[in-house]
Amino acid sequence: MFGFGILTCVVFLPLVGAAFILSLRGSDEATLKNARYAALATTIADFALALYVYAQFDPSSSAFQFVEEQHWFGSGLMYKMGIDGISLPFVLLTTFLLPICILASWRSIQVRVKEYLIVFLVLETLMTGVFCALDLVLFYLFFEGSLIPMFLIIGIWGHEHRVYASFKFFLYTLAGSLLLLLAVMAMYGVAGTTDIAVLLHTHFPASMQKWLWLGFLASLAVKTPMWPVHTWLPDAHVQAPTAGSVLLAGVLLKFGGYGFIRFSLPMFPDASAFFTPLIFALSIIAIIYTSLVALVQEDMKKLIAYSSVAHMGFVTMGIFSVTSQGVQGAVFQMISHGLVSSALFLCVGVLYDRMHTYAIAAYGGLVARMPLYAAVFMTFTLANVGLPGTSGFIGEFLPLIGTFKINSWVALLATTGVIWSAAYALYLYRRVVYGVIEKPALALLKDLSWREAAVFAPLVVFTIFYGVHPAPILDGTAVSIGDLIHGYDTALAAAKSAALALP
Amino acid sequence: MYAAIVFLPLLGFLIAGPLAWRKGDRAAELVTTGLLFISLGLSWAVFFQVALGTAPASVSVLGNWFTSGTLQIGWSLKIDSLTAVMLVVVTTVSAFVHLYSIGYMAGDPCRPRFFSYLSLFTFAMLMLVTADNLVQLFFGWEGVGLASYLLIGFWYEKPSANAAAIKAFVVNRVGDFGFELGIFLVFALTQSVGLDQIFAAAPALAHKSIHVFGSDLDALTVACLLLFMGAMGKSAQFLLHTWLPDAMEGPTPVSALIHAATMVTAGVFMVARLSPLFEQAPAALSFVIFIGATTAFFAATVGLVQNDIKKVIAYSTCSQLGYMFVGLGVGGYSLGIFHLFTHAFFKALLFLGAGSVIIALHHEQDMRMMGGLWRKIPFTFAMMVIGTLALTGFPFTAGYYSKDAIIEAAFESGRVGAFYGFILTTLAAGLTSFYSWRLVFLTFFGAPRWAALAHELPKSGLAHEQSANAGTGQAHEDHAFDPHESALTMLIPLAVLAAGALFAGIIFSSDFIGHGATGFWKGALILASTNEVTEGHTLPSYVSIGPTALMVIGFVVALAFYILWPTIPSLLAKSLRPLYEFLLNKWYFDELYDKIFVRPAFALGRLFWKGGDGAIIDRFGPDGVAARVIEITGRVVKLQSGYIYHYAFAMLVGLAAVITWYTAWGIR
Repeated sequence: MFGFGILTCVVFLPLVGAAFILSLRGSDEATLKNARYAALATTIADFALALYVYAQFDPSSSAFQFVEEQHWFGSGLMYKMGIDGISLPFVLLTTFLLPICILASWRSIQVRVKEYLIVFLVLETLMTGVFCALDLVLFYLFFEGSLIPMFLIIGIWGHEHRVYASFKFFLYTLAGSLLLLLAVMAMYGVAGTTDIAVLLHTHFPASMQKWLWLGFLASLAVKTPMWPVHTWLPDAHVQAPTAGSVLLAGVLLKFGGYGFIRFSLPMFPDASAFFTPLIFALSIIAIIYTSLVALVQEDMKKLIAYSSVAHMGFVTMGIFSVTSQGVQGAVFQMISHGLVSSALFLCVGVLYDRMHTYAIAAYGGLVARMPLYAAVFMTFTLANVGLPGTSGFIGEFLPLIGTFKINSWVALLATTGVIWSAAYALYLYRRVVYGVIEKPALALLKDLSWREAAVFAPLVVFTIFYGVHPAPILDGTAVSIGDLIHGYDTALAAAKSAALALP
Repeated sequence: MYAAIVFLPLLGFLIAGPLAWRKGDRAAELVTTGLLFISLGLSWAVFFQVALGTAPASVSVLGNWFTSGTLQIGWSLKIDSLTAVMLVVVTTVSAFVHLYSIGYMAGDPCRPRFFSYLSLFTFAMLMLVTADNLVQLFFGWEGVGLASYLLIGFWYEKPSANAAAIKAFVVNRVGDFGFELGIFLVFALTQSVGLDQIFAAAPALAHKSIHVFGSDLDALTVACLLLFMGAMGKSAQFLLHTWLPDAMEGPTPVSALIHAATMVTAGVFMVARLSPLFEQAPAALSFVIFIGATTAFFAATVGLVQNDIKKVIAYSTCSQLGYMFVGLGVGGYSLGIFHLFTHAFFKALLFLGAGSVIIALHHEQDMRMMGGLWRKIPFTFAMMVIGTLALTGFPFTAGYYSKDAIIEAAFESGRVGAFYGFILTTLAAGLTSFYSWRLVFLTFFGAPRWAALAHELPKSGLAHEQSANAGTGQAHEDHAFDPHESALTMLIPLAVLAAGALFAGIIFSSDFIGHGATGFWKGALILASTNEVTEGHTLPSYVSIGPTALMVIGFVVALAFYILWPTIPSLLAKSLRPLYEFLLNKWYFDELYDKIFVRPAFALGRLFWKGGDGAIIDRFGPDGVAARVIEITGRVVKLQSGYIYHYAFAMLVGLAAVITWYTAWGIR
């Protein structure tokens, strides 16, 4: 297509839209309207392209598909794109969420509108790039590059303490990334290439694996985020505008889990096995500790942010159980969380647009004025709680059942998460939605507008659809993950026999 | 046809829910109730074909739910005798509760929401009883929990209702925590969660030990105990019972349907459904007996002193569920299910009757405000007496067959703990009789104490219900305070359930637990050999007559306390103050749990938030780094004073240092 591949189109199409918006002159209402529609059209077209990729994708193969290769810098560095069953769901999720973000910002953003839209479109390019890149350096560029638009989104369009939050976000993630860069350079030194497809089959010496693994961990753990490097997330969420939170929770947090599956497990199997207890411990702490913290929050966005950390605990636990249920469940949980937490942030955003506060105490009794909103919020609260029939259940159940076979204590402690999530989510819902309207300001609230309802409708549909019929995601990832686990087990068995042969 | 039974209520939910926005009150009532009655008719047809007739048990697969590795979970409907019994129980009670609610909820502005929730509940319950694998069972299990949560908190303006709803959900989640671990363990043991595969693998797994939770334990015992933890939560058994009395915050039809007849019996159903598994784990069954018997006795003692009419019946439900578990535990799975079957009729009847009383008194639930009502609402009175007779096990009513069979089986069984079960259930039978008749006497006899209500009407009850019922309330047509009989839509369900309470035992006892049992169950659950012994009349006479005698004693004592010498109760309460307080406060479980679970959880959360995240991670992490950077740059700034002689001095010192270094070490 046009001399380059479909994935390049998916990744760089948003830049075309951004360039168009950049060319618009003036800041009158008509121009801004054009800009908004242009951004919406671009993101929808990009989603359509991603759907086309999905339709053409062959789920029965674990090989990378739609591969494109261009030489770049000449010496080993390449522009290489391609996807497999693991990355495809994330590409779809990203392109799906972008139109929703644009729609959700339709009225709530009134300053620097064009710049805002451009930043979002650039961010889309960088995020889809992360999931499509098949060259480690290219991946690193997209991965790090996505920091900048998000830094701008929080720092420019955020709330009161936006500068503190954006710097905290930037410093945390940058510090991790530098170690990742060191690991990448070391890998280039050993393998002589940064082609991911080649690196997947490169055997790194066991002692070196541990250092490389830790280098990746430093960056991925911050992104996920895992305890104890999670404290940037609540601040970033609270200060970010609604659509920023949606992409932060919906897509950026998934870089961590994706990186563990794409790099840590297959490239450093010995080190992964060695460090599994560490990951399990941090996952359990994330689930229990942050759930309890969520219980006592007084700010809606902070509560949901902490609940995100807890949900990501299931992801890291599932990945490092290295069972098909665990890893597939982790991927599913990431997609499900991408839908559910995005929707929850949108729910909070709806209230913020009306009342301009996130304080839970400022609300109460909303159901009387906003019944449709209450029903939507209830749906996502239940998905967050992991009620069977919503996507959240599958995303909790599979990692747990996979982990139980590996370590029953870990599964036992993680399963307490079902109690905590019910407590904090329903407690939040009760304080915001139930009760009697006592504050005069709330008495005039309006229910969801048509635009808001249109934003929520696809999220509700997918949350329930994937809860009842998760096969499209699970089956799509099955072959790739099956291959991954097989390779992991073979590598471990080889290492074991080598260790036995030594003395 | 099977699919229609299950999915018609879902259709009702989907139609009635959106009607809430269109003021389609009547339409929502008619659609949900109509669909439920169709489902009811089909269920009885299935019951006659599969349980009483010869139609084979079947599993119809609806589709794949999820597959991952060796884990395969489908959507399917399993129909056998056990399911047929549950279908009949669920749809019968649900259909008549729908009908009853048309009268009871008349005038409430949120009726479409109410009816859609009722239908959602029924759908989830039917998915639960037709499940062919543990995960679909769990789907229904959580679904009924959701409906229960929504209905307990139906009157969302009431803080107490919201608190009760959350409590119900979270306490149930504690049970579900065990249930899920049980599913994981069963999957780890059998590589499957399908019932048939599990049952096929169970005998081979008996007495196998597995390394789990850090030690080697008997595999099936652990699995059954974990699964039973789920049953304890859902069926409000001892230790996880605290949510059920609070759940009475919901509208009374909800209490009848969910918190008496169906949802709370899901735990009993689950153990019976998994009888091939539990049968291989005798230690777990002993635990079931222990918990069941303790609950039966404990709840009965608390029921003795409660003043809220619904709370008395709620504790009675709790207690009767204990009986069912004792029945299951001694190996008589059919006994437990039979008691579930009869209990559904008479307990729903008692709740709906209580609802009729409550409506007659304009939402007064305190029995101290009742009395002398039998002249005013004679039909309700008669129905309540029938329910009470059945509950206390009056000869030839439904409870007589099912409850006494459990007590006798407990005596006969040789299982560890069975004798404990026998003693406590026998004692509880006497207590049951006392609190049941106490309820009847306080409500319907003695001096009318509700005259005082007429004056304080505006503040009695709830603002919400007041405004709701002030409108076109069918049940409240005249506002002069004169308790009167309820609408026909409420009385018909009472009559139907009363018929069940009277005759369900005599009609079905031989099928469920008697000579016809083998042909009736057709292998749907394990039939214990004790049944045959019960039929053999080898029991000592004190065992067979004991419960009946205690029932009579309970009646006489209640009669003496509340009719003949009404001063005795307050005298007793005074002289036995500590005991009375202990019972009135439900053995202080709520206070205890608040102290050891709820408050510490919040305190820990605050500690982790302010202490962990704030004082440690942020202080030494990003904030600390940022502060150090600022500090160091601050010092650097101080060096740059701007005075030339400062710089000159620094240069000189530096020069001297460099020369010294080179002369001392550099030349080597």
